[in-house]
Amino acid sequence: MEVRVANVRKEFERFPALHDVSLDIRSGELIALLGPSGSGKTTLLRLIAGLERPTRGAIFFGDEDASQKSIQERNVGFVFQHYALFRHMTVADNIGFGLKVRHGATRPSAQEIRRRASELLDLVQLSGLEKRYPAQLSGGQRQRVALARAMAIEPRVLLLDEPFGALDAQVRRELRRWLREIHDRTGHTTVFVTHDQEEALELADRVVVMSQGRIEQVGTADDIYDTPNSPFVYSFIGESSSLPVKVENGEVWIADRPIGLQAPHAPPGEAVLYFRPHDVELLDGCSGCIAGTVAASRRVAGTRRVELEIGGERQRVEIELPVDHPAAQKSRVAFRPRRWKLFPVS
Amino acid sequence: MADPEIKSYEPHHESQSAAVTESRPVRWVVMGTAFVFLAVFLLLPLIVVFHEALAKGIGAYTEALSGPDTRSAIRLTLLVAAISVPLNVIFGISAAWAIAKFEFKGKAFLTTLIDLPFSVSPVISGLVYVLLFGAQGLLGEWLRAHGIVILFAVPGIVLATIFVTFPFVARELIPLMQEQGNGDEEAALSLGATGWQAFWYVTLPNVKWGLLYGVLLCNARAMGEFGAVSVVSGHIRGLTNTMPLHVEILYNEYNAVGAFAVASLLAGLALVTLVLKTLLEMRYGAEIAATRGH
Repeated sequence: MEVRVANVRKEFERFPALHDVSLDIRSGELIALLGPSGSGKTTLLRLIAGLERPTRGAIFFGDEDASQKSIQERNVGFVFQHYALFRHMTVADNIGFGLKVRHGATRPSAQEIRRRASELLDLVQLSGLEKRYPAQLSGGQRQRVALARAMAIEPRVLLLDEPFGALDAQVRRELRRWLREIHDRTGHTTVFVTHDQEEALELADRVVVMSQGRIEQVGTADDIYDTPNSPFVYSFIGESSSLPVKVENGEVWIADRPIGLQAPHAPPGEAVLYFRPHDVELLDGCSGCIAGTVAASRRVAGTRRVELEIGGERQRVEIELPVDHPAAQKSRVAFRPRRWKLFPVS
Repeated sequence: MADPEIKSYEPHHESQSAAVTESRPVRWVVMGTAFVFLAVFLLLPLIVVFHEALAKGIGAYTEALSGPDTRSAIRLTLLVAAISVPLNVIFGISAAWAIAKFEFKGKAFLTTLIDLPFSVSPVISGLVYVLLFGAQGLLGEWLRAHGIVILFAVPGIVLATIFVTFPFVARELIPLMQEQGNGDEEAALSLGATGWQAFWYVTLPNVKWGLLYGVLLCNARAMGEFGAVSVVSGHIRGLTNTMPLHVEILYNEYNAVGAFAVASLLAGLALVTLVLKTLLEMRYGAEIAATRGH
């Protein structure tokens, strides 16, 4: 099922949580809404589900306008961060709940509901736990039951709100892989919310980066990481370094010298240069490079982070070197970013 | 999922650390005072009630309880409880639902209003009904013209009882429902349940022990209420006397055995309530809200 969010605005008590957001979600896609807290990602998910109503704009499921429909009519599977399992029901009853509350002819027989529940338990690899209560399960198991429960109603869209947020790192990584497998097997259009960029980049077909109620960028993990389109995405996703620069004659300058980067299309004047600390080339001499004195050097896992002081203004910038690189021992290092981008001064 | 490291910093409840433990004599004095106090002010009167009731033998006791006026008082008390408790359950659930699950203007006011019967003397709540429904009252004329009798009759007693008991269920459920939040209901709705199904299958089972606890306290108070009921009942023997009122009448007539026999029934009710309350707290303490002991 394709989902189209068209110019949706949401205000809580006149405070805007989303500003005119538009997003096309492709059928069968696994898409992540990624952003810091307060970015509006959960609000967007709840709007798609029908747990909130948009102040303006519309949400389409395929060609039909879903924003006029109640949550029951939308037929979405929603998985909550804290599972929201019904604690007085067994695992099987939890999974069968969505079928049991159907009316009249659409309600399957009790036997059929049981069969369906145990089929879904198979899918989430929890067979044999039908009779258990949620309190008797681990966090990871509960989230699997919650997913099975959401899938039992054959939802048109599967929506997951920070599905692994309450779990510890080990279980998280495991469930991440498992969710991807389930998605590939069942083909549900799936939207999940996360503040964990590793989770988003690893799991999703496309990532929607959000900040302060707006969508900053939509793209694959490669797009987002390699060509961030704003300073926010640069600094929010992965490591980044930035330096204030000047553009003159189609070249990038720091103080009074060009640093060997061509920017023929950038408007002349002040700008900020962004690059990845590890995506730099080290140079020996310096005619057209960034050179600085080593101010600090730290060993971080497999690499060495070197902090440099650049030029007379003593701007600090961080680059990453291989651990055994001889430059790390020197007092002066010259480099040039391989991939970089200029943004206007904010 | 508590981290064991963090857990070990919590104070130990079983064995207090040496620094806060008083010397043995001090401990004995403190505990002794508490026990003596309880014995004199609670246990002794309870024993006296049963002692006086049985002073002239078991025969006199059962005879006192089988008098027609006493039987009618017992019946009336049961009837009043049977009407007012269910009504307060309905009221308590809706009030708690509204306060815990919705945001609306005047919510704080509603919460305060629910506590009103706790802060108003029961006699005054009785008097309010006299002022409203009495012969000279606001609605007195209209009621008489339509042949409706409220005051000095069963409806008045029921109204007064509802007034004094309505905080019990609501007060028990509000913190419980607030703590549980809307997550479970949202999950039920997203699975296609109607509002009513979500309430019946999800909300109600989630609060059932708290509800039972509230009903228990509400029932005890409904059967034992004296002040408010005394004002509106008119003390008509065999007609509008509840058990607590009947105890007073018998006592004023120097019928000690009769008075204490009926009182022993009320005391028995209190003991049963206490035992059930303790059992509920022991088994479902976590599911019953933290605000206890009205």
